[in-house]
Amino acid sequence: MAEPVLAVSGLRKSFGALAATDGVDLALRDGEILALIGPNGAGKSTLIAQIAGTLAPDAGRVTLAGRDLAGMSVAARARAGLGRTFQVSSLAMPLSARANVRIAVQARAPRRFGVLRPVARDAALNAPAEAALARVGLGPARWALPVASLSHGERRRVELAAALAARPRLLLLDEPMAGLGADGTAAMADLLEALRAEVPILLVEHDMSAVFRLADRIAVLVAGRIIATGAPDAIRADAAVQQAYLGVDA
Amino acid sequence: MREGVVSAALLGALLAFGLGAWALGEVFFVNLAARVACVALAGAGLNLALGFGGMVSFGHAAFFGLGGYAAGIAATHAFDGGAFAGVLPGTTSMPVVWLAAMLAAGLAALPIGLISLRTQGVYFIMITLAFAQMIFYFAISFPAYGGEDGLPIYLRSELPLVDASDPLDFFLVSFALLVAVLLGCRTVLAARFGAALALARLNPVRLATAGIAPLPVLLAAFVASAMIAGLAGALFAELNGFVSPAMLSWHRSGEIMVIVILGGVGRLAGPVAGAMLFVALETVIGGWTQYWQGWLGLILLGVVLFARGGLIGALAGPVRHG
Ligand SMILES: Nc1ncnc2c1ncn2[C@@H]1O[C@H](COP(=O)(O)OP(=O)(O)OP(=O)(O)O)[C@@H](O)[C@H]1O
Ligand SMILES: [Mg+2]
Repeated sequence: MAEPVLAVSGLRKSFGALAATDGVDLALRDGEILALIGPNGAGKSTLIAQIAGTLAPDAGRVTLAGRDLAGMSVAARARAGLGRTFQVSSLAMPLSARANVRIAVQARAPRRFGVLRPVARDAALNAPAEAALARVGLGPARWALPVASLSHGERRRVELAAALAARPRLLLLDEPMAGLGADGTAAMADLLEALRAEVPILLVEHDMSAVFRLADRIAVLVAGRIIATGAPDAIRADAAVQQAYLGVDA
Repeated sequence: MREGVVSAALLGALLAFGLGAWALGEVFFVNLAARVACVALAGAGLNLALGFGGMVSFGHAAFFGLGGYAAGIAATHAFDGGAFAGVLPGTTSMPVVWLAAMLAAGLAALPIGLISLRTQGVYFIMITLAFAQMIFYFAISFPAYGGEDGLPIYLRSELPLVDASDPLDFFLVSFALLVAVLLGCRTVLAARFGAALALARLNPVRLATAGIAPLPVLLAAFVASAMIAGLAGALFAELNGFVSPAMLSWHRSGEIMVIVILGGVGRLAGPVAGAMLFVALETVIGGWTQYWQGWLGLILLGVVLFARGGLIGALAGPVRHG
């Protein structure tokens, strides 16, 4: 089998006495959506943060396409191919949707810190940014608006567009459906479905219908440990999972 | 676009004031206009860090003063034939003085920025202040260049084609540098570097997630900001014919910050508006009472409470982002 795009092994992180990540192993291959589910406080966001480089693990290893990410900053990991969206959107609110996405294109451009040509008229930056915005379903009428004036659902799309505009090797999506409502969730699921062939996705999500629709495999995280990994049907049938999680939720 | 009109009008007013004063033979007011240009230039430097980079530096007098000392030391050694640190001779060439002032300020800003940028918020304010105070006390206690008494500049340095000792010429040179720096800042801020700097200020997490580390961007802006302040300091020292530790004092840092806030934080021509108001108050109210800074404080309070965009905000409305 081909080398996994993302491999996490023996990852540990404690906050004082709390083991938020307690020996996690994960592998994610091309063409795959791996859903990571688990109750609130299970350590899902903490795990994403360690993969993305925001948080340093106490132990363990994270590799991206075989490359060890240890010691690499958030920015370096992003350039190495990690695309990420946050559980709570993190955008520059006064800036336009286009500017928020454009910076991701700029980060990959040959001249990242030009001082002469205005970005507003730089087609090499704007065209890919606008293509990414169109891809996530945000129309041209919204591109120039400050993100602060966009709806919650639109902001989630802008974040995803920013991640896509960087042409990532891997997407880490932390609850992309949260707060979207039924229609928004379905539209986001369609979008992710279309992305599957393009870029593998580690999907943290509480919306079970979306998870079972999208996931090729599901990993269940409880109290920092992965208690089960497998195909959706197997996870649905797993007694431990039902007790720990699905039973509570459903 | 309206902000561009307001900025051009402010610069036009300053130019007209200087030229008008010269036409009326009022040398005092020509020098006053040059003072506004120098102070506005220092403010433009701080604005790059404070307004566009979100770095609230309370130590920019250090860079302003280092620029002043660069001018003073260059003039001293041009006069006595000595050399700074035993190797750098004096000079009477104004561009060389400018370069020396910017280098001195930039070289100091590099380690100061590198260390200060590890902190945020009020700690950043305090650590930049602390560095400036260190340089201030060093200047006071180091006797070679006048110590507490400062250093006179008997002759202004020279620039081809202009007579820098003439008040009008000196004003025009200062004014031209101010305009050049503002135009340069406008260009850089609209370009890729400026886009990264805006993100570093507004949401560093977004910038890093996009793939650009915020720290080097902020550090570059901090150093450039210091270099502009250093250039302003060199001009200011030559204007006054004198440099002393007062140029390095925290009062001076406060004044530069007040000018930026009065004019409008993060507005390109904010420091021009702020410097005009500041020097006008200093001259007019300062002529009636030595407690003019109390009035300045009241006005500053009013701006901070009621007009957060400063003078430019009041004239041109809120910032418009691309
Ligand atoms: N910086 C921190 N310091 C201390 N404790 C933390 C920190 N970050 C997270 N935690 C704790 O670690 C545990 C895991 O948090 P995490 O945010 O990863 O959960 P999650 O699975 O993403 O939950 P949710 O579904 O609510 O988003 C929680 O108990 C949380 O309180
Ligand atoms: Mg979470």
